Amino acid sequence: MASTITEIPVTLSKDEILRYSRHLIMPEVGMEGQQKLKAARVLCIGAGGLGSPLALYLAAAGVGTLGIVDFDVVDYTNLQRQIIHSTADVGRKKLDSAADKLKGINPFLNLRTFDTRLSSDNALQLFRDFDIVADGTDNFPTRYLVNDACVLTGKPNVYGSIFRFEGQASVFATKDGPCYRCLYPEPPPPGLVPSCAEGGVLGILPGLVGVMQATEAIKLILGIGEPLVGRLLLIDALGMKFRELKLRKNPDCPVCGTHPTITKLIDYNEFCGIRGEEKPVANGVPEIQVEELKRRLDAKDDVFVLDVREPHEYQICNIGGHLIPLNDLPKRVSELDSSREIVVHCKMGGRSAKAVAFLQQAGFKKVHNLAGGINAWAERVDPTVPKY
Amino acid sequence: MSKIHIPTPLRQYVGKQATVEVSAATVAEAMDALVAKHPDVRRHLYTDEGKLRAFVNLYVNDEDIRYLQKEATAVSEGDSISIVPSIAGGAAGTGDCETAELKPATTMRRCACCPA
Repeated sequence: MASTITEIPVTLSKDEILRYSRHLIMPEVGMEGQQKLKAARVLCIGAGGLGSPLALYLAAAGVGTLGIVDFDVVDYTNLQRQIIHSTADVGRKKLDSAADKLKGINPFLNLRTFDTRLSSDNALQLFRDFDIVADGTDNFPTRYLVNDACVLTGKPNVYGSIFRFEGQASVFATKDGPCYRCLYPEPPPPGLVPSCAEGGVLGILPGLVGVMQATEAIKLILGIGEPLVGRLLLIDALGMKFRELKLRKNPDCPVCGTHPTITKLIDYNEFCGIRGEEKPVANGVPEIQVEELKRRLDAKDDVFVLDVREPHEYQICNIGGHLIPLNDLPKRVSELDSSREIVVHCKMGGRSAKAVAFLQQAGFKKVHNLAGGINAWAERVDPTVPKY
Repeated sequence: MSKIHIPTPLRQYVGKQATVEVSAATVAEAMDALVAKHPDVRRHLYTDEGKLRAFVNLYVNDEDIRYLQKEATAVSEGDSISIVPSIAGGAAGTGDCETAELKPATTMRRCACCPA
């Protein structure tokens, strides 16, 4: 297939020739291919789970210009899978951490960092300076934003997404191929995509999928092999099974079809049904602080502690509460005595707030939500309780 | 018998199985059989009006049913039906939080207590 990159003549120095020797000795790459890589400009959205292996391999392969968009800071819990960041980087900006490692691998790299949240105001401008966009984001509004901006600017979107131990990979928004909206015209309404209370992700998974994205980007640049255009690769890491589904370009697609109705970027939060700030809202349920609960338990008050987390979370740590996972609460509400004072907790206070709202509707009058959950308890009352 | 591949996010509603075997002549029959066996999965796949949710795609073998005969697409012995919902996990995120078990959330988008 034809390369998607306009060839700008670039030269390779003696050092570069030695560095990339293992590419150069393959006829599929050769000097010409390596020069194409050097001339190429790839934009990575996100320097996290997917972005880490993606950027590392593109840098190693000799992609000339890499852009990274990330506004976030390295968190301790990222280290389980975001392999571009080290323990010493916790607290640093992800861009700074990534820049050190990428330049360390390949000082020839022209690295452009964008310390910003990708939005409808900046996406088109950003994308124009690159040839390929690699989507490693973690939420629906941004995925639709990236897709639409790719179609509108004519840049292929190397797509990867993951959930627990399953992944998807494809290449969207090529001229003749489908875009993300051809596959999924609408996002799930908030509150309907299944639980992330049982979520989490196998640390290796973004590694597997991220490198697939890097592979596809390199194939597009070199114009070799069969890219995942019109193909959805489904990855099941537990079964180590790979299945492929056919994707078609939808002639009625609102953004890439024959008569597009979307010709500029929209409000993607609105499109995905999100109103206002994304943060847990107690919705007016009565709360109790961890210090107060501790005081009452120490005073041997008659308080019933209800834990609405999952069994595997209870095993990590617990404060002796009665465990009824949130999903099971409607079926097991008869285990609760509405004449008693009930304090409900979860990990951070979100799920338990919902449980309290439910119990109130079911006629319970003496229920309170433990604000901040077991995490707040670990922080302020009992530091021997691990946080997770 | 045909096999329905169940995506990870929905396995909790079908007794944790990765595939469910059904006897059916069309996609509609197969999905009815699935939902009859596992009623909890119904509302994650279908709206109250009985329409397949827009963020869920169905495939018979490797073809999207939207380009075949939709839910009237014939299913033969040994065929695979894949349910493929959109997933968004990627860089750092926890994905989206379930709230629909008790009450659909209208103001909450992401539950902060989900393990990152």
